[in-house]
Amino acid sequence: MSLKTFAHGIHPRENKEITALKPIRRFPFPPYFVLLLSQHAGKPAKPIVREGQEVCRGELIAVANGFVSVPIHSPATGVVKKVGTSLDFNGKMAPAIIIIPYPGSLQQVECWQSRDIDHMTPKEIIQGVQDMGMVGLGGAAFPTHVKLTPPKGKTIETLIINGCECEPYLTSDHRVMLEQSDDIMMGIRLLLKGVMAQRAVIAIEANKPDAIELMKKCSEGEKQISVAVFQTKYPQGAEKMLTRALMKKDIPSGGLPADIGCVISNVATVAEIGRLLPRGQGLIERVVTISGRGVQRPGNYFIPIGTPLDFILDQVGLEGRAHQVIFGGPMMGKGVAFLETPITKGISGIVVMADAEHKSRQKIYPCIKCAECVNSCPIHLNPSTLGLLARKDEFDQMAEDFHLFDCFECGCCSYVCPSHIPLVQYFRLAKEAVRKKRSAA
Amino acid sequence: MTSRYLDMEISTSPHLGRGLSVPIIMRNVVYALLPIIGVAVYTFGLSVFFLVFTTLVTCLMAERFICLWTRKPSTIGDYSAAITGILLGLTLPPGFPLWMAALGSVIAMALGKALFGGLGFNPFNPALVGRAFLQAAFPTAITTWSDAFQADRFTTFINTTLTLPFMKAIPDTVSGATALAAMKFDHKLADTYDLFIGNISGSAGETCALVILLGGGYLALRKMLDWRIPVGIFLSVLLVSGLFWWMDPKNPPPLFMLFSGGLMLGAVFMATDMVTSPVTPVGAWIYSGLIGVLVVFIRLFGGLPEGVMYAILLGNAATPLINLMTQPKVYGSVKGGKKD
Repeated sequence: MSLKTFAHGIHPRENKEITALKPIRRFPFPPYFVLLLSQHAGKPAKPIVREGQEVCRGELIAVANGFVSVPIHSPATGVVKKVGTSLDFNGKMAPAIIIIPYPGSLQQVECWQSRDIDHMTPKEIIQGVQDMGMVGLGGAAFPTHVKLTPPKGKTIETLIINGCECEPYLTSDHRVMLEQSDDIMMGIRLLLKGVMAQRAVIAIEANKPDAIELMKKCSEGEKQISVAVFQTKYPQGAEKMLTRALMKKDIPSGGLPADIGCVISNVATVAEIGRLLPRGQGLIERVVTISGRGVQRPGNYFIPIGTPLDFILDQVGLEGRAHQVIFGGPMMGKGVAFLETPITKGISGIVVMADAEHKSRQKIYPCIKCAECVNSCPIHLNPSTLGLLARKDEFDQMAEDFHLFDCFECGCCSYVCPSHIPLVQYFRLAKEAVRKKRSAA
Repeated sequence: MTSRYLDMEISTSPHLGRGLSVPIIMRNVVYALLPIIGVAVYTFGLSVFFLVFTTLVTCLMAERFICLWTRKPSTIGDYSAAITGILLGLTLPPGFPLWMAALGSVIAMALGKALFGGLGFNPFNPALVGRAFLQAAFPTAITTWSDAFQADRFTTFINTTLTLPFMKAIPDTVSGATALAAMKFDHKLADTYDLFIGNISGSAGETCALVILLGGGYLALRKMLDWRIPVGIFLSVLLVSGLFWWMDPKNPPPLFMLFSGGLMLGAVFMATDMVTSPVTPVGAWIYSGLIGVLVVFIRLFGGLPEGVMYAILLGNAATPLINLMTQPKVYGSVKGGKKD
């Protein structure tokens, strides 16, 4: 069987063996929770609790503010200490609710309202997805119900369930596929009905044979659901690469997957929908891979949203001092500047780098036009020329002639560059400069 | 608690690197050139050893001096100056006067590279700029060849090697025409096997095709060389010279064209210089095809027996345009709205 794939891309060391065989384990409650009101893309949620108010595990504490926004639920039974601000991973002030859990409070969800899923209309399903505070758990944290609502005039034919997990180190989606297969199947059925799609394809990279086998077994007898196996290559899990590899179709520049009749959803997102929607519960915890050589007890953990990072690091233990902490995978994840920051809905992994495995500060050489970046860019841009233009502040030319805004910052070019030029960083700055200029004009 | 921050590093993604660097690539090119130097010294003896030594050391010194002069950190560590030095030495005749070689090295580093801003910014291959200067300034010395495998080659210098500065090299004996010159002026064809093994006269490092191909193969396998460029040049030379041979059998046969002169060394080690060759795969094919056509035309119709140097320099000149013409087709740009 030939594996599906796309042209270009890279093969970084996967390092998944550190946590791939570790079953998902529950995490204890921390002494306090910090729930950022803006942990999803779009407008921040509006708090509906007061300081000193008692809340139950699963209770609604902030409501969605408009269509592109989702509510937030309390991760534990306790008391609201503060409705104000806290520091996010950048060390920036952000609106937040702080909850102190009662000692000995149970991990049982106390607030829910079960639904009759057999008689739900597509609209009700999508509304239900918003009500549970669901966002894309793959990392982007884009409200799921918005994705499931195609623009007017577009119909969805194919639902792609993304279990590629191409980022090195991360294994949370892998474990979810192995341990929550029933939830995934339930989620797929609900979503198929919700978006009125013809078929669902579960996309998995070839490096997860056990998950492929189980998913195939589960989808036997389901006419609409199939499994597609992809070559192990970064960034296969990106939306643009998935549609090209699976259907030989490109998402138009600046467009959405819906433009070619697709909706792409992360496998963990689908599992949570399948588990929570029938019970009418909110999203209050998620599976997070904690890995890297800087951690003593790496693994896959079920962590309540709002748990502070320093509490997590205390629980898993650090090897000496952390050299670098990353939220997400090492290719596209964010460097953490502030260790007291809480876990949010979009964080699929915490990677703690020890000195040895980190690239650390390397000497930057001039571009020697070796073309490695050109031959690895999955979007087929010319990072070499873009980088040279960025050095000359030619941001407008980058955007107009060299498709700057098609770059989704996968990091392949920076990864392969023998001159260690921080290309992705240049492109981010360039995009910012162009955006500022355009909004000023 | 705060001690946790002491060793922390904050950077933007990606947080991983491949662990390859410019000096590693350049060092491997030097490794691939070492056997060629070995064969050259074995073929022509003492003079070639000192010739390559002179160009190498002069290039390194020139690079260092230019860095000191412009108050920039030393760039010797990136090995690029070493490559230029070795390549320049290998393209010169075995008995080339050392003072001329040193002058050529300085020109290569200063006019070929530093003038444009150093590594990565030079439009032309620096070694070929140096050689082009020598060809123009010392036309006799650069076309005076000596025979391969002379009996006393390890004990005595070729008589032109130690010519004093600003003196003209006057060879005692006229000897050792290259295969290309013999073909052009005397209509004598060398045996292709001799050309492949290096059993003939020629520039120091260009005689043995076998060892050049081995070095190129090593770099191509390590992905430090774009295989398309030498393959494209070979195919283009075979095709174009084959056409002329077919039209008139008095023209040299394609295989002779392939293995004679500086074509192998030029195609494998000079045309593939990353800085001066196109970045796109399609561009590499166009560039190499162009060089092959130019080589055959200069060799067959020009006044010079050899045309590889000028062909590559012209190819270098066309590179920016080729890059612009062959921009890769961007994902999703086929249909749909142009939002940018």
